[in-house]
Amino acid sequence: MAEGDPIMVSFENISKSYDKNPALKEVSFSVEKSELFGLIGPDGAGKSTLFRILTTVLLPDSGRVLFDGEDVVKDYQYVRNQVGYMPGKFSLYQDLSVRENLEFFATIFNTSIAANYDLIHDIYEQLEPFETRRAGALSGGMKQKLALSCALIHKPKVLVLDEPTFGVDAVSRKEFWEMLKTLKEKGVTILVSTPYMDEAALCDRVALIQKGNILKIDTPRRIIDQFDKTLFKIRSSQIYKTILALEKLPHLGTAYSFGQEIHLYASKDIEATDVESQLLEVGIADAEVKPGMANIEDCFMNLMVAENMEDHVG
Amino acid sequence: MRVLFYILQKEFLQIFRNKAMLPIIFVLPIVQMVILTFAADFELDHITYTYVDSDLSATSKRLLAKFEDSPYFQLSRTSDDFKDGMEALDQNEATLMLRIPQGFSHDLQKEKKAMIMLDVNSIDGQAATLSFSYATGIISMYNKEIIMEWNGLAREVSLPVETRVRYWFNEEMEYKNLMVPGILALLITMVGMFLSAMNIVREKEIGTIEQINVTPISKTHFLIGKMFPFWIIALFELGFGLTIGRLIFEIPLNGSIPLLFAYSAIYMLVVLGIGLWISSFTDTQQQAMFMAWFFIVIFILMSGLFTPIENMPQWAQALTYINPVAYYIKVVRAILLKGSNFYDLQFDFLVITIFAAVMMGLALLSYRKRG
Repeated sequence: MAEGDPIMVSFENISKSYDKNPALKEVSFSVEKSELFGLIGPDGAGKSTLFRILTTVLLPDSGRVLFDGEDVVKDYQYVRNQVGYMPGKFSLYQDLSVRENLEFFATIFNTSIAANYDLIHDIYEQLEPFETRRAGALSGGMKQKLALSCALIHKPKVLVLDEPTFGVDAVSRKEFWEMLKTLKEKGVTILVSTPYMDEAALCDRVALIQKGNILKIDTPRRIIDQFDKTLFKIRSSQIYKTILALEKLPHLGTAYSFGQEIHLYASKDIEATDVESQLLEVGIADAEVKPGMANIEDCFMNLMVAENMEDHVG
Repeated sequence: MRVLFYILQKEFLQIFRNKAMLPIIFVLPIVQMVILTFAADFELDHITYTYVDSDLSATSKRLLAKFEDSPYFQLSRTSDDFKDGMEALDQNEATLMLRIPQGFSHDLQKEKKAMIMLDVNSIDGQAATLSFSYATGIISMYNKEIIMEWNGLAREVSLPVETRVRYWFNEEMEYKNLMVPGILALLITMVGMFLSAMNIVREKEIGTIEQINVTPISKTHFLIGKMFPFWIIALFELGFGLTIGRLIFEIPLNGSIPLLFAYSAIYMLVVLGIGLWISSFTDTQQQAMFMAWFFIVIFILMSGLFTPIENMPQWAQALTYINPVAYYIKVVRAILLKGSNFYDLQFDFLVITIFAAVMMGLALLSYRKRG
């Protein structure tokens, strides 16, 4: 592959089934060099399966994956040397200390901590006071930093992170995404999966995956621009009752509760006053309906609803 | 090489960080050897018995006195009749009932021939056989005395054909000399198989295998790293067990100790191979534990340690040819008690080497870094 090729990883028609249950259906997309690529989808969408195929621990039923121009099935050794993988579950040795874990992973990649310290410096710095502590005794955020350090210690070309922020507190999550940004600037290509849609906005490009299908791939900005509905934010003292009422008025659109608000994805020709008056008819008097700006979550919810509807029709 | 060295270092570090490990290595062998060796003593003394003396003659009293004098027998109670005696057997008060019928002394004197009856509780077959043979021993002594008296001989008569038994390689039929080497063999088999079976599975359970599989670490290095520490521990265990056996039980060490270690080193490859093979097809430590138990129980019960192989049915005897534990126990006993050398044991060496090659191959083939 030529030096100037911007593609780092490409999935070509990947399918995989577990006991006849399809986990991935003809998935194709590619990730560019130094890109922070997000794979967003609910649990069971196929994110981990896709990553496990990429990291050579699972064989696809059909299709192929090119990693820096090499086939991941044939040249798995190349991939294993060049990929840094952080599985969803904390996978370091809990009975080894912070330092021992890092040293172990450096050694099995035939390198040393000193040789690649610059890449992990910012992250590992925060762990240094706990170097002799057993990994099992670290806090969640610290474990995650150690796992990231271990995945990076051999200076991989591609970093694959499977739901790295799952179960991590909001502050640590924010910090973690900052770290990813820094790594990207250092030239590492990053593939990250997450069930949290709000994190999608932090990626260069995102793919929305559901039931083994990619529903959409684009930059977060463009996905928001392509939102083809009107978003109404509805406030009411009886959120649950209002949602039930909206479900009985399907011609208005689909509604979801977002914390204290209800988001209604309505066709372009519906006005806020239409919604208010129809809600009043079914007995909800205090609903306050305002048009709003869709964020990436709204776009995904809307896309997933559309897909589910097709499923039901089909 | 550096990678392998580091993998080994990591494995040893983890093994000794495991709090249960030191007791397993040091306490387990002592406790097992001491308890099992004393408990698995097949010699019987203080066999409880009862008698029903319906004759109540001097002749019958004399026979009963013989039993009372025997160190092997202990009278638990006397019984009035058969029913009473059966009750004693029923309630486990006695293992054996001796019945002397009415007219015993009369028959003996007039007809030179009399009957007595022995009833033995055979719930425990081995104990029954032994108590029976001890009892007949006493009775035959009594017979001899009577014959002497009838013939008016002062000197002991000798029967034309006399049997003399000498128990070679274990002169005093010391059960501990048989048991200690056997238990030693069990011990290192158990330690080796359980520890190796649980090890990879543990990485699967904790999830660390997921991370390891993505690294360029080679399968062979990984498996050597998993096996070598337990190989060392098991051989150390053997040395430790031999020392205890020598110090506490004074077992004989007739053969070459280096030969024993050489055989054990090959044998351990078989055991560790089975362990690794188990851990490649199980997903949790619980499953691995059950599988390891399954093999251990069959191997041990059919090893000849507790039941002599010759007493097993033909098909079961055939099975012992593929039981590595049977070979091992046989070889440990042969080297320690009989002082066998390499020349005597070359067939056993050949067999165990083939087993080792097969199990290593199986372990290597069944472990996969990707699904």
